[in-house]
Amino acid sequence: MDNSLNWREKIITRFIKVSGYSAIIFVGLIFYFLLREGLPTLGEVQFNSLFATRWYPIEDYFGILPLIGGSLIVTIGATLIAVPFGVGAAIYISEIAPRWMREILKPLVEVLGGLPSVVLGFLGILILSPYLRVFLDLPTGLTALAGSLLLGGIAIPTVVSVAEDALDAVPKSYRDAALALGATEWQTIWRVTLPAARSGVLTAVMLGIGRAIGETMTVMMVTGNAPVMPGGLGALFEPARTMTATIAAEMGEVANGSVHYHVLFFIGIVLFLISLIVNVTASAVVFRQHKRQERILS
Amino acid sequence: MNKISIENLTLHYSDGTESLRNITMGIPANQITVLFGPAGGGKSSLLRILNRLNDLADVTYLNGRVLLDEEDILSPKIDVINLRRRVGMVFARPVVLPMSIRQNLTYGLEVAGMKDRYRLDEAVERSLQQAALWNEVQDRLDDPAIALSGGQQQRLCLARVLALEPEVILLDEPTSGLDPISTGKVEESLQELKKTYTIVLVPHSVQQAARTADFAAFFLQGELIEYAANKILFTNPENQKTEDYVEGRFG
Ligand SMILES: Nc1ncnc2c1ncn2[C@@H]1O[C@H](COP(=O)(O)OP(=O)(O)O)[C@@H](O)[C@H]1O
Ligand SMILES: [Mg+2]
Repeated sequence: MDNSLNWREKIITRFIKVSGYSAIIFVGLIFYFLLREGLPTLGEVQFNSLFATRWYPIEDYFGILPLIGGSLIVTIGATLIAVPFGVGAAIYISEIAPRWMREILKPLVEVLGGLPSVVLGFLGILILSPYLRVFLDLPTGLTALAGSLLLGGIAIPTVVSVAEDALDAVPKSYRDAALALGATEWQTIWRVTLPAARSGVLTAVMLGIGRAIGETMTVMMVTGNAPVMPGGLGALFEPARTMTATIAAEMGEVANGSVHYHVLFFIGIVLFLISLIVNVTASAVVFRQHKRQERILS
Repeated sequence: MNKISIENLTLHYSDGTESLRNITMGIPANQITVLFGPAGGGKSSLLRILNRLNDLADVTYLNGRVLLDEEDILSPKIDVINLRRRVGMVFARPVVLPMSIRQNLTYGLEVAGMKDRYRLDEAVERSLQQAALWNEVQDRLDDPAIALSGGQQQRLCLARVLALEPEVILLDEPTSGLDPISTGKVEESLQELKKTYTIVLVPHSVQQAARTADFAAFFLQGELIEYAANKILFTNPENQKTEDYVEGRFG
């Protein structure tokens, strides 16, 4: 064997290995610092007052429930918007649109996915929330609803592009088979194409939710940032404050090592756990379906 | 009696090739008509015109008439969905839908609006019997259809078509992926089914063509070279090209 070739192989392999390990190390380090800065909270703030409904750090009220509630309501709202519109758009692009339309829409979706969220926040402040205020006759348009609408908009491109890939991967023969049995185009989509692509579509939904939970800039700009405990669906029309927005807004003004500082990191841990749960659930569902298919195919 | 009459049918796809050139032929009722010839001859295209599945392809030019019981099925006025219920199709690769065995069979009927459980069950059993699959699956109708073997899946696809009680059955190389035993079962079913249905078969080999044909048509590069009753094409063809192909001199 050529010796120099051998060397090259070795160096390349090493390099790839190091890159792989460093990714793990970085995640590990992030997690370590998060825990180191966040866990002291549990010693400094009583459990009861941490999981309480009043967030007013200046007077040492560190109840994080309104923040979790704010994130949940905004995210749920965003999901309710992003899933039907996103999956619908994916179906349109992959199954119904004529070819020229598809060639326009697909790159357009990618471009939308790349819009900086600050820009969307601007649009939210300048156009969306004044409109909501007048249209719904609210005291302020800066509400959880505004956040949900914008976050839904942000998540839609993610949902569309992943779901569209999944639908596209369904063999044409499935559609032929259903159509040949006298199904209409819509019946074919609903009963055959969509079920055949369901694991990919589910992944798309989860990625969209993940995108919405983690989003900071836009929600900080349009949700009004009042840490009130959401009491029901009506909370959509009131200002809200999410976990991400709280961290971003307050981290700049806290004293390093103070209780408030630790609590903000603790919120980061909670956020991390929620994202983790969403992702693990998603991959568990997808994985189980794969398992089932493999079992059936073998 | 011709169930289907094809008159001067010409088809071009968007790439400009003439995939069918001025085809004229009659397809007799209650017979097995085989369309055979080398790949690219236009056999699949012709089948997919008979149930208008070719509507989805990039067809740039389509001319001629196709009469099903005297009615021109290429006319824009035809109800395509209803046509596809009358003219069923089995594909080369078995495509079971992502549902249970039973649902695969009832799907066509349900989209046609049938809700009566009793009649649906009846259709399931009848179609499985006709496709010689009943004995193998009667205990597990609610299992996912994908769990069946390849040969069983293909017979399920045939049963699925039969459940709709069509008038014509189109089969495009239905046994190309099957073992000889499954192939034999499908061929046997066809002999039984032709009593009730008109069958158009694209076989996957000349041998299968010769075994199954009541009428045989030889297609080469979009042209119908020769068409005759019985097995004349395989014993005593008129055209030199047919003879060459049948005797395996090109393929
Ligand atoms: N959907 C399509 N779009 C463009 N060309 C096609 C399409 N289907 C078939 N063709 C072309 O038409 C010709 C006949 O193909 P086909 O009908 O599949 O023949 P066969 O079934 O006899 O092999 C081939 O040259 C093929 O490339
Ligand atoms: Mg073919």
